[in-house]
Amino acid sequence: MVVLNAVIEAAGLEKTYPARDRGGTPFRAVAGIGLRVERGEAFGFLGPNGAGKSSTMRMLGGVSAPTAGTLRILGLDPAAHGRRVRARLGVVPQDDSLDVHLTVRENLLVYGRYFGLSRKAVRERAGELLEFARLTEKADERVEHLSGGMRRRLTIARALINDPEILLLDEPTTGLDPQARHVLWDRLFRLKQDGVTLILTTHYMDEAEQLCDRLVIMDKGLIADEGSPRELIERHITREVLELRFPPGEHEQVAVKLGRDGLPEPERLEVLPDRLLWYAEDGETALARATAAGVQPITALVRRATLEDVFLRLTGRSLTD
Amino acid sequence: MFRALHYWLYRYRRTWRGTIVISVANPLLFLLAIGAGLGALVRGSVDGVSYLEFFAPGLLAAAAFQNAFVDGGFAVTSASRRERIYPTAAATPLEPGEIFGGHLLFITLRLALSAAAFVLVMALFGLVSGPGVAVAVVGAATLTGLALAAPLAAWAVTVRDIPQLNTVFRFGMMPLYLFSGTFFSVAQLPGPIRAVVQVMPLWHGVDLCRTLALGTAALGPSLLHLGYLAGLVVAGVLAGRVTFRRCLHT
Repeated sequence: MVVLNAVIEAAGLEKTYPARDRGGTPFRAVAGIGLRVERGEAFGFLGPNGAGKSSTMRMLGGVSAPTAGTLRILGLDPAAHGRRVRARLGVVPQDDSLDVHLTVRENLLVYGRYFGLSRKAVRERAGELLEFARLTEKADERVEHLSGGMRRRLTIARALINDPEILLLDEPTTGLDPQARHVLWDRLFRLKQDGVTLILTTHYMDEAEQLCDRLVIMDKGLIADEGSPRELIERHITREVLELRFPPGEHEQVAVKLGRDGLPEPERLEVLPDRLLWYAEDGETALARATAAGVQPITALVRRATLEDVFLRLTGRSLTD
Repeated sequence: MFRALHYWLYRYRRTWRGTIVISVANPLLFLLAIGAGLGALVRGSVDGVSYLEFFAPGLLAAAAFQNAFVDGGFAVTSASRRERIYPTAAATPLEPGEIFGGHLLFITLRLALSAAAFVLVMALFGLVSGPGVAVAVVGAATLTGLALAAPLAAWAVTVRDIPQLNTVFRFGMMPLYLFSGTFFSVAQLPGPIRAVVQVMPLWHGVDLCRTLALGTAALGPSLLHLGYLAGLVVAGVLAGRVTFRRCLHT
């Protein structure tokens, strides 16, 4: 039985920053979004840079007051109970912001004291967390000697010092190599199994697919759609995608030749600068049809549809633009 | 507030030995070179005392002011931007005002320690007449530093990059350092310039430290100095509570 128990509830949430210079225009980073995150869920914000993800995360972290709308974190209004809210959250900022002059363990100790935990309690907890982050052997080394992946794991360990109910992660694996990413994902899976609610932002669709039970796609401060990765793909995209490459400049022509406007629903052709995407239930059949139409691509590739395709469909832009 | 102070103390554990050495070596070298060396060229007396006696307490106040610029300026901007110490703390139950207060407490402690080291060196030169005077002078120098550190920190947290601070240091701090009566009596300055200097905080600090050290302090002027410097501290604290909140909880 699933017990629904919202840890985050937001309606009409907006964030406008005042103009930086006199006479400048205020910047509306978040333009009215509604959210509901259940306890124990892994919830993601997927979107390109500047979509409003980080601004939303700052509001959820209780360090940025919404300009408009309502927000409840763990049932509390963060504007009135910021301290109590933040005491129950863990925050992993995009830049690790560790103290490079202190050792790995010391970083946990000083952070734990911010929460008013006793020296003894912090020591015990730091030991467990070093084990969890696989940093026990590095405990007494200075942070400046750690790799990027280790630093990120330490930042996550630090965010867990107060045993938070919600862990907020802003771009958790940006800048990490593939192996470090997998180690990190593995640690996050474990947290999720332990019942910690994970809320993360990412512009990697594979990360969103790997980690998130449910996600929202954000663009220009708004939520374009919401659902599980599977649901989003089924709602907006066919099961498979045929990617065709032609010499530069010919893609438009080929699209017409393939009968772009006369394709049976839900099939669709999308022209990108460097390739043509043919959304079809069966990619191989589509390729056969293309060949029958006398089209000769330089390369042809059939793949599963991903969230990247959903994003392209919803916003008309690719995530990495 | 003490939770935020704890962080700074923890960090300080790594560097305190070095800073103590600097706090002693600096006045030692300055008093030897300028006070005893250059001062030997000064014939007769300045305001009725030897040049070294005149110069030492002035330099004490000026040094406190410079330390305040480093700790309340550069360190604050760095904690707010490059090192992100403040934003990290702001994600925890700490409120911006506590983060500010904790750092300011630490700055006060550092100012007091540096001033104590300086006064110790002065005593070695036979420039301190007793423990009561020593305590009073250390207190005055600490207050002088804090009168800059508090308002400066309130501004420095909003500064985006270090070069902005460098500019203020060059065009604000250096003239104050040179003209606030540290090296010579402000009575030598032309009237209008003297009037400007005497409105500036460092002159009040210099005069307070000097009159206390020389035993020439009078109640009226001392209360004026104290009130002026304390007023700056209060103004800085009030301003900082606003700017820290604006910068950390945007």
